[in-house]
Amino acid sequence: MIAALREAIVEYPGRGRALGPFSLTVEPGEIVAIVGPSGCGKSTALRLLAGLEQPTSGEAERAVGRGKTALVFQAPTLMPWADAAANVDLPLKLAERPKGERAERVAHALRRVGLADAAKAFPSELSGGMAMRVSLARALVTEPRLLLLDEPFAALDGLTRRRLVEDVHRLWESTKPAIVFVTHDVDEAVYLASRVVVMTRVPGRNAAEVAIDAPAPRPQGFRATALFRDAVEDVTAALERAAEVAA
Amino acid sequence: MKRPLASRLGDIAAPLTLLLVLCGTWEAAVRGLNVPPYFLPPPSAVAAAVVDRLPTLLVSAWNTLEMALLGLFFASVTAMVIALVAGLHHLLEKAVRPLAIALQVTPVIALAPMVSIWAGLDHADRAVIGLAAVVAFFPILSGAMTGLKATDRDLERLFRLYGAGTLQTLFRLRLPSAAPYIVQGHRVAAGLAVVGAVVAELAAGSGATQGLAWRMLESSNRLRTAEMLAALVVLVVLGLLVHAAMGLAEAQLLKRWRVGPR
Repeated sequence: MIAALREAIVEYPGRGRALGPFSLTVEPGEIVAIVGPSGCGKSTALRLLAGLEQPTSGEAERAVGRGKTALVFQAPTLMPWADAAANVDLPLKLAERPKGERAERVAHALRRVGLADAAKAFPSELSGGMAMRVSLARALVTEPRLLLLDEPFAALDGLTRRRLVEDVHRLWESTKPAIVFVTHDVDEAVYLASRVVVMTRVPGRNAAEVAIDAPAPRPQGFRATALFRDAVEDVTAALERAAEVAA
Repeated sequence: MKRPLASRLGDIAAPLTLLLVLCGTWEAAVRGLNVPPYFLPPPSAVAAAVVDRLPTLLVSAWNTLEMALLGLFFASVTAMVIALVAGLHHLLEKAVRPLAIALQVTPVIALAPMVSIWAGLDHADRAVIGLAAVVAFFPILSGAMTGLKATDRDLERLFRLYGAGTLQTLFRLRLPSAAPYIVQGHRVAAGLAVVGAVVAELAAGSGATQGLAWRMLESSNRLRTAEMLAALVVLVVLGLLVHAAMGLAEAQLLKRWRVGPR
């Protein structure tokens, strides 16, 4: 276990219950997708896993330190006053790592996302896809054991999105962090994850879970296989049921 | 991404045409109705006075500008320090805000006599600088305090996730995030500082400051209305220049902050 939620409930004063009871155990090195209707508390669950919030009741347990957790949001969330390298450097700088080590690791992280040439570019000069890659590089630079992605590709156009989704597996392969990512795109969830957790409407509870029994990175033409299509159907059906239950 | 030349020419030509029409009407009216020049001189007389008195007017404009900029400088330092300290805790901010608003709603002209006494009657320039600082203070403080709170929520979460302390978050995240608000506050404050300096000089009513307001008082006392208007014209030009300079500085400083297409 690397992080786990047990019957976690989150209630915000004045807004009522946002999540739960919701349970999820993340094992080292696995890729879990969370899908659910919009506003069902997926992002809240992710913040609990990151240790940024505490559940109102239930448990959130983490076996990784904060320095070994990384978070990527829907928007690139870069500092506009800092160039790409300085943005990627942020976690190392805040952890007060020595300068030489930082420079090396930043260069390495930018190479991994294919942006070695863009180190000196400012966010205002980057395309949406490139900015998202910088955001990924910043998450990877600490060699996290737990990588949390909150709808990271939702704001990108179709092709850029597909390319980044394929890159996630390639990036995962070298250090094999546990990845939990939230999405509302069923295809993306099935393509990336070894299991897909379906949540109900707000307050999000466990509705269903679908295991995807295929190697990662996915083989060529995986999207055309019966396994992929069946899994997409299963998840979609579970999502529809989950929406009905709450309605 | 430059706009077509015709459109940019229009930006200049349209207001200029209106100005010429207004001056022409004024000139014709004054001449046709035989208005005495001490009451309202024609624009041609004002223009002649500007040319005639230019060396004096420029020195006076420089004096006014210098006092206004010094006031702006002191306001900036004080307001930024207070905003940063207030940014450390929400209770500090709650304590500061009403006092700052109280200072802002107090008319500067009402403060002028008191500040003149405090500055010492021999140091009218200090009173002018002080009053320019008082009017320039609020927009900077208000901009900085608002900006320090306008940080991206997710970036704040990242800083927290990576274990940043209060001071690290303040100087590495909240202060740079606030830059557009702070720069805009300074732009507004610069214009107000000029206004504040002129008001203070008028209230001080002494020749010690040798600014544009003094030139106006002096001409007014001698019923030299054209010279008075000439000083006013120079004052308006000064205000426009300060406004334009701050606008340029803002555009330069904030190039990076405008995040491109997402």
